[in-house]
Amino acid sequence: MQCGGFRVSYRSDERIFETYTPIVAIVLLLAALCTVPLFATTYWLDVLNRIGIAIIGALGLNILIGYTGQISIGHAAFLAVGAYATAILEAKAGLPFYLAIPLAALLTSVFGLMFGLPSLRLKGLYLAIATLAAHFITTYVIIHWESMTNGVLGFLVPPATIFGFPLDSDARIFYLIFALVVPAACCTKNLFRTKVGRAFIAIRDRDVAAEVIGVSLFKYKLLAFLISSFYAGVAGGLMAHHSRILFVDAFTLLVAIDYLAMIIIGGMGSVLGSIFGAAFMTLLPEVLKLSATSLTGVYPQAFGLIASTRDVIFGLAIIFFLMFEPQGLARIWLRFRNYWKLWPYSY
Amino acid sequence: MNEHVVFMLQLIITGIAVGGVYALMALGFVLIYKASSVVNFGPGELVLFGAYISWATILQMGLPLYVAFPLTLVTSVVLGLIIERGVLRPLIGQPLISVIMVTFGFASVIRGVLNMVWGSDTKPFPALFSSEPFHLGPVPVSPVHLWSFVMIILLLGGFSLFFKFSLTGTAMRATADNQQVALSLGVSVKRIFALSWCIATAVSALGGVILGSVRGGVDFSLADLGLKVFPVVILGGLDSVVGAIVGGILIGVFENLSGGYLDPILGGGVKEVAPFAALVVILMLRPYGLFGKINIERV
Repeated sequence: MQCGGFRVSYRSDERIFETYTPIVAIVLLLAALCTVPLFATTYWLDVLNRIGIAIIGALGLNILIGYTGQISIGHAAFLAVGAYATAILEAKAGLPFYLAIPLAALLTSVFGLMFGLPSLRLKGLYLAIATLAAHFITTYVIIHWESMTNGVLGFLVPPATIFGFPLDSDARIFYLIFALVVPAACCTKNLFRTKVGRAFIAIRDRDVAAEVIGVSLFKYKLLAFLISSFYAGVAGGLMAHHSRILFVDAFTLLVAIDYLAMIIIGGMGSVLGSIFGAAFMTLLPEVLKLSATSLTGVYPQAFGLIASTRDVIFGLAIIFFLMFEPQGLARIWLRFRNYWKLWPYSY
Repeated sequence: MNEHVVFMLQLIITGIAVGGVYALMALGFVLIYKASSVVNFGPGELVLFGAYISWATILQMGLPLYVAFPLTLVTSVVLGLIIERGVLRPLIGQPLISVIMVTFGFASVIRGVLNMVWGSDTKPFPALFSSEPFHLGPVPVSPVHLWSFVMIILLLGGFSLFFKFSLTGTAMRATADNQQVALSLGVSVKRIFALSWCIATAVSALGGVILGSVRGGVDFSLADLGLKVFPVVILGGLDSVVGAIVGGILIGVFENLSGGYLDPILGGGVKEVAPFAALVVILMLRPYGLFGKINIERV
């Protein structure tokens, strides 16, 4: 039984997994996920798909905020650009989805760079406000560039087809989404074992000090925006294929706040946290819906209260986590795991 | 006078009236930011709260105005105290992102609770003034706009005097300037924090009442107006009370003018986005706003 860290080389210090148990657990979990579409209902598949998309988006936001410390309230705009770019590339340029999604993600990265440029002059609060403004400008452009985006009418996205095989059902798109979630999580985890990742963390902890020790703020801040918006672009592209119809209303400021809440509740600067947060925020309205359905017998108005209850619980959850568990669900999980690892001889 | 000029004057007058409400919200924002360096991302919800409480007291409970009005203010002050005591004081010294998120959090709670209690449909707001427009020269002006403008000017003037001459106002300015020096001179910084929240929520509630009577109804779209506070405070500087007032009126006029002249060309909605476009331009030219303090960082 392991009861402490005994690292004697840099190699062992940099390892992602200290023992084999988590590797086995993750492989088993992935294998189990592969079989989910065989028995899950469409409803739960839909929920799982949305969790998968949210995980990719939250990972991207966590790279930017949790690891690099650049506050952005414009994540919904990144998602929107990714989704619309994918849809336009497929419907208007006729590209297949496996080219359209990466291309759209690249476009979103360029867009993210434009968001990132002010970050060289602006810090903290001012950057947050600038990204907020950029969000409104982006949605305005999407609504009014009707020849490209169909404006408020909505944009129909053709189903993704791979070698003549349409990915048109929840079960089929499920494999596409989770085939991208796994590399997204692995890349994020590995990013922070490299020079780039460490530079990000140095910028987060104290940007002036980072620059003094030779981290180029110009390069790495822009790189953080680039990587983060690439993830958002992928998530947006998947959103386009998952919902198959795009409205600007799906990318309001509330969506950006939801993503911020994901990384706060899940845990900032943690890959596991992004996953937990995405799952939590996606499941919260579903759980409320289910409990409202079961309550309608006792209290017929329960269904009308879902939206407001969600707002209240959402707000209270953010406040609760910030006050009592600033490192989020990931930290709770770590404590839980450590407790059972040493149980019953925890001393 | 030809009709172009009348059109423009009308846009400017409406802009000043709306801008006055922005100025009130910005005043609340700046007070909180100056005193405690907390950035409030939920100013719209404070306005919404005031508007709903005054609607409930005037129309739902049928209280006379002179009871309903103070009641609204008292409720708002209590809300401000709860927020300051319960949510923000435990987070003193936490990173900026935590403070921003917690304000999003309580804004969401306020919205949810209001929605739960009173539903989300538009509530008719009593017309506090007659709707018959009168003519200021050739320009028709509605009394609601005029009265709201007068009230805002009185309020803002009152606050300026309060900060300048009263002991508490001086203590608040001292705290904003340097907390440690203020503490050593016997100012209770905790009380100043609480007081700044009370003033901010009360002022926002007044803004809500004024907006409600200007629009003739209260609904959740009022909360979206709250975010307009950011162009205002960026224009005026985050820590300048005068800047908030001037910026509020300028942004109000600017958005009305751009809406009036650009909407026919660009196809609507310019009013909503123009202040934010202005914000980006201002930030690009002057990263700390027009009157903001430049932050010199040392490691």
